[in-house]
Amino acid sequence: MTVAADPGADPGVDTKSELSGRGSMGDVVFRGIAVIAATLIMVALAAVFIFLGIEGIPGFSVDEQHYAGQGSFLGLVVPLLYATMYAAVLALIVAVPFSVAIALFISHYAPRRIATPVAYVIDLLAAVPSVVFGLWGAVVLGPYLVPTHAWLSENLAWLPFFDGQPSGNGRTLFTASIVLAVMILPIITSICREVFAQTPRLHEEAALALGATRWEMVRYAVFPYARSGMVSAVMLGLGRALGETMAIAMIVSPKVLISLFIIGTNNPETIAAHIAQGYKESTPDRLSVLIATGLVLFAFTFLVNALARWIVARGRAK
Amino acid sequence: MSNTDLSNEETKLSHATLPRGAQWLVGVAAVALGGLALVLGMGIVGAAVIGLLGFLIGYPLWALLVENRRSATDKLVTGLVWTAFAVAVIPLIWLVYTVVSRGAATLSPEFLTYSMRSVTGDEQGGLYHALMGTLIVTGIAAVISIPIGIMTAIYLIEYGKGNRLAKTITFLVDVMTGIPSIVAGLFAFALFTLLVGPGTRFGFGGGVALSLLMIPTVVRSTEEMLKLVPDDLREAAYALGVPKWRTITKMVLPTAIGGIVTGVVLSISRVIGETAPLLVASGFNPNLNTSPFEDSPMMTVPVFIYTQLSEATAKGVEYAWGGALVLFILVMVLNLIARIVGTIFAPKTGR
Repeated sequence: MTVAADPGADPGVDTKSELSGRGSMGDVVFRGIAVIAATLIMVALAAVFIFLGIEGIPGFSVDEQHYAGQGSFLGLVVPLLYATMYAAVLALIVAVPFSVAIALFISHYAPRRIATPVAYVIDLLAAVPSVVFGLWGAVVLGPYLVPTHAWLSENLAWLPFFDGQPSGNGRTLFTASIVLAVMILPIITSICREVFAQTPRLHEEAALALGATRWEMVRYAVFPYARSGMVSAVMLGLGRALGETMAIAMIVSPKVLISLFIIGTNNPETIAAHIAQGYKESTPDRLSVLIATGLVLFAFTFLVNALARWIVARGRAK
Repeated sequence: MSNTDLSNEETKLSHATLPRGAQWLVGVAAVALGGLALVLGMGIVGAAVIGLLGFLIGYPLWALLVENRRSATDKLVTGLVWTAFAVAVIPLIWLVYTVVSRGAATLSPEFLTYSMRSVTGDEQGGLYHALMGTLIVTGIAAVISIPIGIMTAIYLIEYGKGNRLAKTITFLVDVMTGIPSIVAGLFAFALFTLLVGPGTRFGFGGGVALSLLMIPTVVRSTEEMLKLVPDDLREAAYALGVPKWRTITKMVLPTAIGGIVTGVVLSISRVIGETAPLLVASGFNPNLNTSPFEDSPMMTVPVFIYTQLSEATAKGVEYAWGGALVLFILVMVLNLIARIVGTIFAPKTGR
């Protein structure tokens, strides 16, 4: 990466165009277009907040009947937010160990001949549309996991997650969080991989020279170096999982409720799934409730992503 | 670090090690164990799990007995890392296999050329309307996003370089990357509810929603490519008295064009499969609608898949798989194009 010695370049060009008299018009126009495009992004983002606000804020207090039987906005949004968090955390629990292991596999364990195609295959996983994942989860994976559901409820019923009547078709939060995990795996893997690959070669070789095994090298040279990067990768994966709609909306038949139980027929509904379920809706009041919940989701994912960036920035400053 | 009171065998510089190819030996034993489990009627998955556990326990255990604990831990982790990779590939293969095999059964000329207009019961229908809708909506998104995205990247790299506006824009692009897709759909919906009328769902709205998701990826990838253009090129042009905008359009952009096109195509392949925003912003329509500005919903392939699945009929599920295969092919073709373009243009700077 070359860092430009730019401070001089810009004024330099300006004086030149003044001298020649040619091109200054073109420069002004071209620069103007670039500035307008950049400013448009600012305008677009402001518009997102403004229009969601205008349409959504009335949704905080409309007639009770529009809150899907929950009585008030808080009564609706708290369970939804809980479910959103819950599903995302479940997905993370499954995805993070795998992602870190695969990233390690690509950066430190696999021979180069294997590592490149593996990285490509993982990227391919990211290219599969979410609706296809949802379809697969609902029609193939769910029914396949029905025996697993039965086993979990028989043998692990002492855990609150599995304590109850298991679902007969496997379309549960359990299945959905596995699908969600597969969907966020590529993003966590690719960030971890980059961070691992940036570990200074000398640190690794020093560890090996001291007689460390490969695992000890990873543990004492790679992980400490990559810690902040790994945390931010997990946070970005969390951000993705929070906003993911289709996996939940297509796989589970959700209800607005707060529950730890994940293998039954009634599953807690996430914000995004709640909005998607009302896609044919046309009552203005109900719509503004949906938009208001969308606003809450946006604010929440924004916080998570901002936290991730802050961790990265802090890690870099050190 | 040698201590004098150490016993004889510990002062030796080398210690006992596993024979070469030990992992293959254990591997063969593990496969045999799995085979045994299969014969005993464990089922293919159970047998695989047994074999895997046999390897994951047996190999470190052997190392523990012959070598030491540290070596055993190392072997265990190596085994786990390889296992994680193998397990993660399973869903991908499984998914691709089901989409292709079940989709191919549905795919037919009729399926591709019929819409769902007044189709009831077992009558033949198709996704022609959805395919057209997807192409139109994605096209609109591309037309909006590509110029804005590329020009923004040019501003950030060529003009802004660390000033306050550029920093703000970089931050905002980051924020945009994190917008949940359904919120983008809600935004377009809210926007056109105010501008056109309540409950407006049409093609252009979907395009706007997708462009909100597409712009940040275009900006990011273009930015990366422009950063790779060597400053020598720019300085050489300036030295010849070429104005800045000519330098950018004639020197910088042609040098980076391969990477930029790759990034743009990849971002199109990312948004073409988006479902949630289109569900909200361009809606559901069983009929063919090719005018994106008319105030009537426009069907798209992802929404087609979603609605067919929620029909909960055998035919609905079949059509959903057909739609999934079509969408999958679209995405893969776009990825392939991106890779080909990337390899055609990529080596330029290297030579």
